[in-house]
Amino acid sequence: MDLTVLVFLLSGLALGWALGANDAANIFGTAVGTGMVRFTTAAIVASVFVILGAVISGAGASHTLGKLGAINALPGAFMAALSAAITVYWMTKRGLSVSTSQAIVGAIVGWNIFSGKPTDSETLTIILLTWVACPVIAGFIAVPLFLSTRYIVSNAKLHLIRLDAYTRFALIAAGAFGAYSLGANNISNVMGVFVSSSPFTDFSIDTMMGDSYVFTSIQQLFLLGAIAIAVGIFTYSKKVMMTVGQDIVSLSPISAWVVVTAHSIVLFLFTSQGLENFLNGNSLPTIPLVPVSSSQAVIGAIVGIGVFTGSTNIRWRVLGSIGVGWVLTPFIACLVCILGLYFLQNIFNQVTFLP
Amino acid sequence: MNLSAIKIPTLFGRAKKLEAQIDQFLDKVTEAGLIYKSALAVYFDQGLCDDFENYLQRILTIEQSADTLRRDIETKLYEQTLIPELRGDVLGLLEHVDTLINIYEANLFRFSIQTPKIPKIYHHGYTQLSDTAILSVDSLILAVRSFFRDIEAVRDHVTKVMFYESEADQISTKVQREIFTSTLGLARKRHLAYFVEHIDELANTAEDIGDILSILTIKRKI
Repeated sequence: MDLTVLVFLLSGLALGWALGANDAANIFGTAVGTGMVRFTTAAIVASVFVILGAVISGAGASHTLGKLGAINALPGAFMAALSAAITVYWMTKRGLSVSTSQAIVGAIVGWNIFSGKPTDSETLTIILLTWVACPVIAGFIAVPLFLSTRYIVSNAKLHLIRLDAYTRFALIAAGAFGAYSLGANNISNVMGVFVSSSPFTDFSIDTMMGDSYVFTSIQQLFLLGAIAIAVGIFTYSKKVMMTVGQDIVSLSPISAWVVVTAHSIVLFLFTSQGLENFLNGNSLPTIPLVPVSSSQAVIGAIVGIGVFTGSTNIRWRVLGSIGVGWVLTPFIACLVCILGLYFLQNIFNQVTFLP
Repeated sequence: MNLSAIKIPTLFGRAKKLEAQIDQFLDKVTEAGLIYKSALAVYFDQGLCDDFENYLQRILTIEQSADTLRRDIETKLYEQTLIPELRGDVLGLLEHVDTLINIYEANLFRFSIQTPKIPKIYHHGYTQLSDTAILSVDSLILAVRSFFRDIEAVRDHVTKVMFYESEADQISTKVQREIFTSTLGLARKRHLAYFVEHIDELANTAEDIGDILSILTIKRKI
């Protein structure tokens, strides 16, 4: 592979790193922060399942991003991912909640504007509606899940020590599901913009059963992005995990399980092509496959439980700053992308789009 | 493949073993109460005798094994980083419960060393007081077991602890009043009252632990 290709992919990898560093805390933050799960265990489980989710089920949501804007030149994709990464980095530095999903959508729209290509308004509307729906659905899933878990736990009359052991196991299992869903849903944020200009080629592997398995260029691309996410998890997520639990509301390990599971279900709903096929096959309305914010899903679940239980210790001001971040993210990413593409094309003489 | 090497079953196996150890520790307190009751009955019947000393020895053995168990439980809770959110509270609770065995032991030692001469007319009052104090401790042990297994039942048992403590206070006051209105010498009166106070101390300690447990229960529910 040409070295310049790798250089262009670096922005996507940086975005992947940032995603791993930030979003692993949504999955394992409370578990690690409260000492229920060791960081090393959390990091290994999260990394393995993020990679599996990205490679096996990553195609659905990235297809939707492709419909929003098929970035057809590698330098253009580089700048879209870079502007999303810069936005994520800058907003994280300012202490604002940030979503890679919103950053990348803003960047793609920026590329569309710069290249003069139309933005598919239907797809954009679906994406925007999904962003609103994501935390709401997470909240609606979290409440019955919380009630049933509380009912089961209080009626099972488990010994405190055994309950602790089961909770640890459940937190790891929910974390694995969450990491799989995160990898499947959010890999499109990291590598989706490179799909149309993927530098990889398909190759097949002969299996022991006698047939061959085709490892597509997109899967190779997603594997690379998922490895970047895993590196982000191992190198930087511990710091975020140690603080995430206290930011909005302090959670007990069992509530944390409910939140992570609700988050994972939501991400899975917006990712699973299998579910889409099933709904289609039964003539039911399908759920759009859209990259959504893992943080939004977690916040939706926490607020859902908080509102339902009448909890007074939700820090609404923190939620407010998160809301501001959500609105700002796509706009900033869009502006940064347009500016970056201008420089890349006019100063560095790179082809940022094909006519 | 060696199945015991798999981490998850080991985790559950260790949890089960620790549960059994906590139950054994609480059993020791109940057992100490039964021995204490028998020892006092023997003392009121025969004074200081071999049977009483045997009971004292048994309670000493129980106290030592309870200490060993408690330390083992504490070490495991820390080494295996179990119940991280409640670990400190649970350790404190077990240490408080351990003081009940110490009180049983210390009271029997006092009888063995000081051999108080308790007039027969007060035997009923002393027995009634010690039985009520033991009931408060037994209720507390049920409350502690419930804290681990059935959080909703803690309140019922703690209510009983409070009731028996209040009963014990009334009996203690009554017996001491009887002692101090008697014609016994002041030194003897003081000596007899000293034993009443120490027997009553069991119920007071059980009540204090019940209060701590009520707070922990609220914390665990959240």
